[in-house]
Amino acid sequence: MKFIKIKEKAIHFFFFLTGISAVIILAGIFLMLVFNGFRLFEDVGLSDFFFGTTWNPSAYEKSSYGILSMVVGTFMVTLGAMIIAVPLGIGAAAYIADVASPKIRETLKPIIEILAGIPSVAIGFIGIVLVGPLIAKTFGLTSGLNALNGSILLSVMALPTIITISEDAIRAVPRDYKEASYALGADRWTTLMKVTLPAAFSGIIASVMLGIGRAIGETMTVLMVTGNAIAMPHSFFNSVRTITATIAIELGEVPYGTSHYYALFAIGAVLFLISIGVNLVAEIFITRFRKAGI
Amino acid sequence: MANNFSTVANPIRKFFFNGVKITAFILLFVLVTGCERKELGKASIQIKGSDTEVNLVQRLAEVFMEKTPDVSIAVTGGGSGTGIAALINKQTDIANSSRSMKEAEIKQAQNKGVEPVAIVFALDGLALITHESLPVDSLTIDEVAKIFKGEILNWKELRAPDLQISLYGRQSNSGTFVYFRDEVLKGDYSKYMKMMNGTAQIVEAIKQDRAGIGYVGIGYVVDSKGNVMNGIKVIKIAKNVNSPAVTPLDPENVKTGLYPISRPLFQYTNGIPAGEILKFIKFELGEKGQKIVSSGGYYPVTADYIESNRKLGILD
Amino acid sequence: MKRFKEIIGLGMLGLSAVIVVLFLGIIIFDITTKGVGVINWNFLTDFPREGMTKGGIFPAVVGTVFVTIITTLFSIPFGVCAAIYLSEYAKEGGMTSLIRAAIRNLAGVPSIIYGLFGVALFVQGLHFGTSVLSAGLTLGLLTLPWIIATSEEALKTVPQSYREGALALGATKWQSIYSNVLPYALPGILTGSILGLSRAAGETAPILFTGVVFSLPSLPDSVFDQFMALPYHLYILSTQHHAIEQVRPLAYGTALVLIVLVFTMNMAAIILRYRLRKKFQV
Repeated sequence: MKFIKIKEKAIHFFFFLTGISAVIILAGIFLMLVFNGFRLFEDVGLSDFFFGTTWNPSAYEKSSYGILSMVVGTFMVTLGAMIIAVPLGIGAAAYIADVASPKIRETLKPIIEILAGIPSVAIGFIGIVLVGPLIAKTFGLTSGLNALNGSILLSVMALPTIITISEDAIRAVPRDYKEASYALGADRWTTLMKVTLPAAFSGIIASVMLGIGRAIGETMTVLMVTGNAIAMPHSFFNSVRTITATIAIELGEVPYGTSHYYALFAIGAVLFLISIGVNLVAEIFITRFRKAGI
Repeated sequence: MANNFSTVANPIRKFFFNGVKITAFILLFVLVTGCERKELGKASIQIKGSDTEVNLVQRLAEVFMEKTPDVSIAVTGGGSGTGIAALINKQTDIANSSRSMKEAEIKQAQNKGVEPVAIVFALDGLALITHESLPVDSLTIDEVAKIFKGEILNWKELRAPDLQISLYGRQSNSGTFVYFRDEVLKGDYSKYMKMMNGTAQIVEAIKQDRAGIGYVGIGYVVDSKGNVMNGIKVIKIAKNVNSPAVTPLDPENVKTGLYPISRPLFQYTNGIPAGEILKFIKFELGEKGQKIVSSGGYYPVTADYIESNRKLGILD
Repeated sequence: MKRFKEIIGLGMLGLSAVIVVLFLGIIIFDITTKGVGVINWNFLTDFPREGMTKGGIFPAVVGTVFVTIITTLFSIPFGVCAAIYLSEYAKEGGMTSLIRAAIRNLAGVPSIIYGLFGVALFVQGLHFGTSVLSAGLTLGLLTLPWIIATSEEALKTVPQSYREGALALGATKWQSIYSNVLPYALPGILTGSILGLSRAAGETAPILFTGVVFSLPSLPDSVFDQFMALPYHLYILSTQHHAIEQVRPLAYGTALVLIVLVFTMNMAAIILRYRLRKKFQV
């Protein structure tokens, strides 16, 4: 009898270890980034790093490690992506959840899943061969490799996240809410706009935050289509550099243990913290979504 | 206390146990093949680095492996900086580099117990390319430098239409990037230069950009017969306003140094190469190898580099 | 007037859905029409020749399969066990909330950061070097949060009465899980796992510095070898290859093969879920 008890306790402990490993891994990633990143500041000043606008570690004359232009570049493509993806995503989610017939719904959901599964490098490829020339022709530019291209592609990648989670949120709105609205004489559109969507608000915001997280963290797509210029961008038609692209470009060429090497971990840490921050906001809204009993 | 799993529907149990069996089998397979490799003892050479050189070296490796099948060569790009970093980190046997190693890099290597040895196996002309419709045929080195440093911003300053110059270059991991900056610009690149992932992307982009200009290895824009690719134009370069502008498309110009932007292509090894690595390098420098070099759009090693190679003791 | 507004409003929503479908349609259409002409038996079974301008993509396909197998072997047992802990053993409280929060955050970490971590831990720290093993483990870490989340969902759908029934008959906790919960959660676990692995198969950033290479003369012999992979192959063909005109059709072909592979895995997962659900209604 005792042996069985010990065995059960051992099994429990084993599973506990696998569960706690998630925390260990997250902590490990954080520590690795921070420990290596901090070593950059042996050579470079904190304000130079955070407020400098030029990232040029292997410069002709003096190396500079300013991340501001990169951070702006990252935010720009993400913002652009959200401007496109949020209205489209919420609109499509509302359509699928509330308006579409079951048959249409069953067709659309797999389509969204397929869109989600397209590898980022394939989307980047489309950006080079299709979207780039299209942008150049439409706006009379000489080149289509800019922030706009990145934004369009990132919106395609964020859409499935936004649609799926918003759709869940909208469907979770209790039928009584809608029926009460109809009973008062409101039509479908008004009900949707004034009752359903506001009720699903927390879930929708959570989906947008997760979509933002997806866009900020994307590497290959932006690497292939944004042009990677290090200048501070002034418009969406400028070529921009994102944090993810910089790590992907330069990680291969740095000998271990140089300032440049530590610098990449430092910007990795910045990116990591931004992702965690976005995730935190999403979680706050998810908690609200769950608490509201919806 | 019988194991209740046996009461569960048969299909699930079959499925589950099949899964476990398959997993175990795969694990075994993976482990066994791991051991097998050590038994075969096939010699392998790891080559990493320059994007300019990667296709050429790959072609050389292909032909070499046809003749010596017991040697396997893996070639990767990533840029000269990547190759040099790999050499310093002892992760590659040969580092392809289209620029020479910097003092700091050599010191770093030595600190880690790596002694870099430079071998020149080909010459390369760097071509300035623009869209084929651009009415500019020649530029001086000085003008090129000013354009890429961002001091000349519009084509109209160069007797051409009013178009903002659209710059294309490589990324910092590229030897071409470093070479062009150190030898031609002698200063930093314009912040607005688009940094492409590889030479192919530069050519691709310029084909669609009426105002574009970029720098690429000559081998990338000519085919095996020496004809220039469609859609782009190779600019003639003059050393200064008084010299004639010459094209890199004529091999003589590059060999004699008349075309001012030409450079040796390096391979760095840890110490003087020996064994299979030496065999491969000898092949590259031999008649067959140098023929492959020429057909790739590059230029065979010239006398002074043959001399420096000989001094290393790697030529017979 | 109200009716009009309603029609316009709902119409706009429908339009959004149409635009999204259009995005997918354009992507699939472009890649399929320009890639399908390149695909033939040789393309899939030949090695690249003449500097990748001719021949096929066989080593890239094999490499992708190989590294995905390693990812599977690591992430599925690990992930399912963690899900079992969360669903069956964990008591709601501080530690458990911490674990759940960690998993959600891991899901949001950018793939290039996993690549950085993989270089620091597997390539350098554990001295596995750039290899199928390092890349597979890195992808495994990337896939882990997804596996845990979907497996936990699957476990949750098993009614509590199943567990209680076994316990009432005198089974221990583990016995009740093993015999009365796991088998019924298997469909959901499998589906989630296959979907997660299909994402891993298409990833490029985590394998960039942990083991993938541009050209190998032969297939990897062991997990400690480097490998070629479809996503990386597509990346190189479309940005770094020298004979871009010649190679563009091959790039399209590679893109098509990659998409078909991912799509097939997705379909397999969905069909599996459907069939297994039919077999045992939970």
